[in-house]
Amino acid sequence: MNFDWAVVQMAVPLLLQGTVMTLKIAAVAGAFGLTGGIALGLLSLGGWAPVRLFVRGYVDFVRGTPLLIQIFIVFFGLPVMGLRLGEFWAGVIALSLNCAGYVAEIVRGTVGSVEKGQTEAAMSIGMTRGQILMYILLPQSFRPMIPALTNDLITLLKNTSLLSVISVYELTRSGQAIIASHFVPLEIFTLLALYYYVIISALSHLSRFIERRLPQW
Amino acid sequence: MVTGMGGIQGQAPLLSVRNLRKSFGDREILKGISFDLVAGKTMVLIGPSGSGKTTVLRCLNHLEEPSGGTIMLDGEAIGGSFIGTDGKFVPSGEREMAAQRRKFGFVFQRFNLFPHLTALENVAIGPRKVLGLSRNDAQARAAEKLKRVSLAEHMHKRPSQLSGGQQQRVAIARALAMEPRLILFDEPTSALDPELVQEVLDVMRALAGEGMTMIVVTHEMTFARQVADHLIFMADGHIVEEGSPEDIFTAPRNEKTQGFLRHVLNR
Repeated sequence: MNFDWAVVQMAVPLLLQGTVMTLKIAAVAGAFGLTGGIALGLLSLGGWAPVRLFVRGYVDFVRGTPLLIQIFIVFFGLPVMGLRLGEFWAGVIALSLNCAGYVAEIVRGTVGSVEKGQTEAAMSIGMTRGQILMYILLPQSFRPMIPALTNDLITLLKNTSLLSVISVYELTRSGQAIIASHFVPLEIFTLLALYYYVIISALSHLSRFIERRLPQW
Repeated sequence: MVTGMGGIQGQAPLLSVRNLRKSFGDREILKGISFDLVAGKTMVLIGPSGSGKTTVLRCLNHLEEPSGGTIMLDGEAIGGSFIGTDGKFVPSGEREMAAQRRKFGFVFQRFNLFPHLTALENVAIGPRKVLGLSRNDAQARAAEKLKRVSLAEHMHKRPSQLSGGQQQRVAIARALAMEPRLILFDEPTSALDPELVQEVLDVMRALAGEGMTMIVVTHEMTFARQVADHLIFMADGHIVEEGSPEDIFTAPRNEKTQGFLRHVLNR
């Protein structure tokens, strides 16, 4: 087998540009996805039935359709709605919407799994639903949420590669550009895999670090 | 001043329960429970497991929604109100229900302390967030209640650092801090190691002595006999027999009561 090391040497710095873009997309979409997902999760735990149903439907849609299709819908749908935001923001919005759906489900599931006696004790001292959520259930849910949220962020990071189809110049797309001009697919895709692996390992370590630092009782 | 059981007949009851019913699906747990409780008195509910004692307590403060009957506390219908001359029952909204619920203290079998808060915070959070006291006032009140259950030196520990008996005393302090009209105790010593039972019963005995109104579900017969002003024996969702503990313990009339007492007292 001929593995073209010269191309690899040439590609390493080029791919770093794509890496920066991938990290940027993941950071922005992660921030939006987490915020939106936590908000949706809390809404679905709230008392208002129509809102609960809406969130339920949203989560169902996000989980029940391929992300690639969601990306295309946002990419081609935004201009129809009169928003010309370019491929970067179309991609970020699609990934955020997707991530938010999964995060909402994690928040709902984790908060819902806090032992029932906690809610009853809080009710017995006269707390309302919102207060119970805020002061009793949420604080107990942060730590158990971390592993599941990390999983979602890792998935989000991997999913940024799908934005190559709408020509966002992220890591995968920058690799494809090199392949197109030098025709070295095996070398470049192997290299891409390594790049993603390093980024995701770093993320996992960070998550375990945060989990250890959060208080447990 | 009139004292003793004969003297309370004329007083308006603090709590008045009429024909309380509760079904889970088609299983009827409470088949019409009625009783009155005068302020300052302690009522003890005894009976075999599954007789509905715990469900009575949980229905009183609407942790379980009753299926029928009325609960009047201080002349106010709990869980809703009667509107107009025909007395139509309108259920309370969430806020109203929460406000009514805090008039009942509730002490759970498994304590249900908030694990992420210290003993002091467990007791202070109600006064702070529900009653709207300032942080300092809420903490001062919490410290005072913890002192009352002899836990002043443990107030900065979390529940996981406390023994079961200490946790249950924190739970009692948490109920006291809301200054409820009465406190409901749901088998407060059943989850405790035997050597920790007394410290909790001692606190409850002291509360009864200070004139706190209490309803206690318990299997501690010695305690029931010593502390109860009024004893109720329940079986199969009914009140089978009630009266002074002396009467029921020494001369039970119903054969179910006789069987139960023979069993628990090992006679």
